[in-house]
Amino acid sequence: MPAIELTNPAALPADWRDLLALTKPRVMSLVVFSGLCGLLAAPAVPPLVLGFTAILCIALGAGACGALNQWYEADIDAKMRRTANRPLPAGRMDRQSALHFGVGLAFFSVILMGLATNWLAAVLLAVSILFYVLIYTVWLKPRTAQNIVIGGAAGAFPPLIGWVAATGHVSALPLLLFAIIFLWTPPHFWALSLFVRSDYAAAGIPMLPVVAGVPSTRRQIFLYSLPMAAAAVAPSALGLTGAVYGVSAAALSFVFVVLAARVLANRATAPAQMAAEKKLFAYSVFYLFALFAVLVADRWLTA
Amino acid sequence: MKLEDEVVRRQRERAKILAWLLGAFVVLMFFITIAKTRMNW
Repeated sequence: MPAIELTNPAALPADWRDLLALTKPRVMSLVVFSGLCGLLAAPAVPPLVLGFTAILCIALGAGACGALNQWYEADIDAKMRRTANRPLPAGRMDRQSALHFGVGLAFFSVILMGLATNWLAAVLLAVSILFYVLIYTVWLKPRTAQNIVIGGAAGAFPPLIGWVAATGHVSALPLLLFAIIFLWTPPHFWALSLFVRSDYAAAGIPMLPVVAGVPSTRRQIFLYSLPMAAAAVAPSALGLTGAVYGVSAAALSFVFVVLAARVLANRATAPAQMAAEKKLFAYSVFYLFALFAVLVADRWLTA
Repeated sequence: MKLEDEVVRRQRERAKILAWLLGAFVVLMFFITIAKTRMNW
């Protein structure tokens, strides 16, 4: 039989590595970590297997969001260097497979969460998936520069879901954790969008630097870092955590605000000269990891 | 590579992964049931 050249890889069954790539594993790691911290910071620790299943469901829910986001944005991803090699824009799989995979993961994660933990956690997981896909990806992202501000709520759900999976109810601390991620998201994403704004402009996505300009975005980054810092120290100020968390949150947030002030002071417009923005973006990831790790450490040290 | 060979290779690879995942799911459901039952004792 003569060898046939693979001119249309999308006609083949998708490779499992491409299915995995659809779930955005790197984004999933932060979601899993914050969900795990929400679960471990809760006053009631569930049996190990139920805790593991809750985190697995949060991870699968995040994977579903990633797959459905890539299904919907395949055309936009093809226009951006950063995303052009994803399975759909690169033509390695067909869109319908991505849609089925994403919807399947979403249903599976919500039902398993309800069966293993409680149905309030399952409802919150379903709301977070629907919020990310319908409110953020489909509605806000292509329409308004405030997409990240409101859409940030989707990424703020995991610690709340982790807490509710452990306790079965919502209380003040997980709502503050929600607020921290909600207020952290704009400065985090705007720092990134400043030095990749040409990509967003080429794809026609109205990110703040594209619509309002670089100086305005720098001002917004700094302004958002202030309430974010206040939300970060609030759990300690309200007596919901111990001094370990309070001191650490204050120090970590102080550095965040200083780096945001450096971004505000930067006058460069060329991405190559945006060292301050790149530093803030890298630190913002470390900041969230460190803040939530300290929260769990504080909970277990003072227990 | 022949198209048919690649299709079969991918189908086999996915079938193996799916089998492992289903097996893991059954084991997980077993332990979830045990844990939930103990919580109600």
